[in-house]
Amino acid sequence: MEVAIIKYNAGNIYSVDYALKRIGVTPTITADHEVIRKADKVIFPGVGEAFTTMEHLKANHLDKLIRELKQPVLGICLGMQLMCRYSEEGDTDCLGIFDAEVKRFVPQKHEDKVPHMGWNTITDVKSELFSSDLESRFVYFVHSYYVPLNRHTAATTDYILPFSAALHKGNFYATQFHPEKSGSVGELILQNFLNI
Amino acid sequence: MLAKRIIPCLDIKDGKTVKGVNFVNFRDAGDPVELGAQYSEAGADELVFLDITASHEGRKTFTDLVRKVAANISIPFTVGGGIYEITDVDRLLNAGADKVSINSAALRNPALIEEIAKNFGSQVCVVAIDANYENDRWLCYLNGGRIPTERTLFEWAAEAESRGAGEILFTSMTHDGVKEGYPNDALATLADSLHIPVIASGGAGKMEHFRDTFIQGKADAALAASVFHFGEINISELKDYLRKEGICVR
Repeated sequence: MEVAIIKYNAGNIYSVDYALKRIGVTPTITADHEVIRKADKVIFPGVGEAFTTMEHLKANHLDKLIRELKQPVLGICLGMQLMCRYSEEGDTDCLGIFDAEVKRFVPQKHEDKVPHMGWNTITDVKSELFSSDLESRFVYFVHSYYVPLNRHTAATTDYILPFSAALHKGNFYATQFHPEKSGSVGELILQNFLNI
Repeated sequence: MLAKRIIPCLDIKDGKTVKGVNFVNFRDAGDPVELGAQYSEAGADELVFLDITASHEGRKTFTDLVRKVAANISIPFTVGGGIYEITDVDRLLNAGADKVSINSAALRNPALIEEIAKNFGSQVCVVAIDANYENDRWLCYLNGGRIPTERTLFEWAAEAESRGAGEILFTSMTHDGVKEGYPNDALATLADSLHIPVIASGGAGKMEHFRDTFIQGKADAALAASVFHFGEINISELKDYLRKEGICVR
């Protein structure tokens, strides 16, 4: 199976590469349109800032390419947020795959720290990414912006308020958490994605 | 609910794990990658690898080790030691580390915190503070607890937060290696005054100490080394214990 990881100006995309290798798949990290278009599966990772990353994607015509992909695509963290319509981070127009707006966490009490960082549970899990045994399991999050619950929500996490831990629409899947850093649970989710 | 984190810390010298008692007298405690993988299996939530080698060759060995850890371990990990400038941070993040911990370099050059936060995001930047309780105040130390400074814990932690630190890792030199518990009063004061997570470090000897630092100390995470390395506390048993005590753990 050919798995492409979209390469762009984001930090630490190598952890996704390492995680896939641990489950026996060697992906190609690339910005080459042809390689991405022909891959069986595409992963759109991301750690970074929304506005500069969107500018980078547009400059390399990756925005149009990602929108038009037909094979299963998995967005991770910033990747998921950029697949939405708009992000409050940098007042950024994003890819518009999911009809949702990305918002910044607003603390309600002193204990509400931003970023939401650490291990939290996923509930109401749906889509091929999650088998039923993944209900209420812990996964690893690091983010200051979130996607509110919407009709594409495929998993829910509660921090300050319930938000989308995962999204699904057609061939597009996305997780706010980092499956590549979520131990054996994360590896199961990556494996489920590869099995789609 | 966000889980409280248990973080084993591995001190690394020339690619091997060591642990000091009160910052001196090291004992050997095994291979870092193997130990890290075992901790991850047992339920550790994060790992910290602290490079205590000073030499240039040592730093290269450590970067290679970071690569091996990233390839083999599926939970987040922080690296510290020998980070003086932004290029060191870039090198370690590129090798696969999730976060960096800075200590003396931040005290000497506080602007480094802003530089890291601006380039890589606050979530990457852990500011570690070694402080000793003396003359009725917590005094911050440089160079692994060897050189006292004029700074005190609470004001330095507040400055680090305002400059963009993502977490504060507070090690009490007074409690480290003594195994009589964490400094929970000081930790609670930190938790009440800061808006970023606080990691308790130095003093764990029994499972009750972890419970107490999460409840009384209001810590978001607890770090320990020797109790894990020498098998005095098993991480999965610790998690069971904390769960029974009503603390949310993974």
